[in-house]
Amino acid sequence: MSFLVVDHVSKFFPSHAGGGEVCIFKDVTLKVDKGEFVTVIGHSGCGKSTLLNIIAGLETLSEGGVILNGREVSGPGLDRMVVFQNFALMPWMTVFENIALAVRSAYPDWGREQVTAHVHKYIDLVGLKGAEEKRPIALSGGMKQRVGLARAFSIEPKVLLLDEPFAQIDALTRGVIQEELVQMWNATRNTVFMVTHDVDEAILLSDRIMLMTNGPSSRVAEIVDVTIPRPRSRDTVIEHPHYYKIRNHVIHFLVRHAVHGAAGERGVPGETSDVAPLVVRF
Amino acid sequence: MKTNGNGSPWMISVFLLVIFLGGWHLLTLRTSFDAKGKTEEQLQMLEFNGDIVRAEAGGYAWNPEKMKGVPGPLAVVEKARVELSEAFVIKGTNDHGIGYLVLYTVSRFAGGFLAASVVAIIFGVLLGLNRVLFRAVNPFIQVLKPISPLAWMPLLLYTVKDPKWTAVLVVFMAAVWPTLATTAFGVSSLKKEYLHVAAILQLSWFKRLYRVILPGAAPTIVNGLRIAFGSALVAVVPAEMLLGELGVGYLSWIEWNNLDIAGVIFAILVVGVVGVILDSGFNKLAGLVTYQE
Repeated sequence: MSFLVVDHVSKFFPSHAGGGEVCIFKDVTLKVDKGEFVTVIGHSGCGKSTLLNIIAGLETLSEGGVILNGREVSGPGLDRMVVFQNFALMPWMTVFENIALAVRSAYPDWGREQVTAHVHKYIDLVGLKGAEEKRPIALSGGMKQRVGLARAFSIEPKVLLLDEPFAQIDALTRGVIQEELVQMWNATRNTVFMVTHDVDEAILLSDRIMLMTNGPSSRVAEIVDVTIPRPRSRDTVIEHPHYYKIRNHVIHFLVRHAVHGAAGERGVPGETSDVAPLVVRF
Repeated sequence: MKTNGNGSPWMISVFLLVIFLGGWHLLTLRTSFDAKGKTEEQLQMLEFNGDIVRAEAGGYAWNPEKMKGVPGPLAVVEKARVELSEAFVIKGTNDHGIGYLVLYTVSRFAGGFLAASVVAIIFGVLLGLNRVLFRAVNPFIQVLKPISPLAWMPLLLYTVKDPKWTAVLVVFMAAVWPTLATTAFGVSSLKKEYLHVAAILQLSWFKRLYRVILPGAAPTIVNGLRIAFGSALVAVVPAEMLLGELGVGYLSWIEWNNLDIAGVIFAILVVGVVGVILDSGFNKLAGLVTYQE
């Protein structure tokens, strides 16, 4: 059995127009192995962040279940840490305190020195040495998300959930942090579930990319295997013959689904939910 | 916008003060008494009333003991000098030195304000965390909030039967609503990501409150406290006047009863100074708990 299983999960929201419910996504099934890096790409509103929040336990699901390491997940927990799009650092705490809050929660038996050493280890890992006593206001977006990553990695969760982690970071810094994330992931081999808009980011980081159709009633239409060997880096990955094949395939999919309601060759959304996602492999 | 001018604001402040004091002095200056055009009978009447006194060199002058009109700044300064020199002297039940009066007012204010703040923050957090409860209670808060704290006074006096505690409770009533409403608002509009982080990290209820909710809502809570602070400070003066409780507010009323207008002006100035000192102390405290995003 896979490490993380999202089993036929559907999500309905009460309709704003009144009367009935709106289906966000339907019958999403996904199996992630231990140490695997899986990414979901889709247009805004396809429910990919909702899916991530359901795995995190921050939102309830309407149907189906999420199973982690053989146990059904209910509610948030330290085994599934989220890296938030808007960083979600406590602005009244310093960098050190933000990470220490997480470390103390994950390891309540640790003494003060052990916590301090652990926090410093992860601050060093993301290259923020010297910024320990700064508050988030004094940090750039890139530095803030480095703190977010350090906080997430520091509690050594079973699954890391990255919710468009680099969307609010300028393009140049984004590349640098993506590379750092690759290195951190190489070192730790965490199981990662990421949600993004960025195709290049997905190819650089992921083992598999899930493509979601547009909402409402969106579903996972295709799963693309990223057949580019690791270790990867930004300049070598684009040299690989599969890079542009994968990239073009994903972009074609997204363009095909760009117009609302144009669900491509698979017909009307909602009627095809029993069809298993197409596995694409180059 | 470009700020115009690079002169010292202090210079302007001093200049304005000089203009103000000079104008006040000139406007309240009395011309020396002129007996011309008054009959002997009228002069005798004025002397009998004590308005004028017979000067040693003959003729009449205004009676310096009997002031008429608004006193000038020099009279107020003289009054202040006398009052401040006896700041901690008790001459009678209703005649305590200004130092004691300030102490009474500050402790009355502090008691009511602190009690109101504690109660308001506790209930505000509870309401802020429970949306249904907040919406259920909000109409009552909205009705109670605009009521002048002084309107409560007769009822409070009737129930607690003690003017000392009534004055504290009036301050309490003035301070409780703004803090309650803003705390509830601040807690309920706390960014949900912070609560998500707290939930993922499995923080205990207590830690969630002290590490996340209260510090997160602190800037909003402080804004509420600031409004409460102002309205409590405004309420304490008339509460003292109406209840006859010794304090700087009551001082103004006593001096009015004595027809000592210089004393009234002095009392007003003391109220202002006390307010400024309390306010700067509050701002120092507020600076410790607020953060920038």
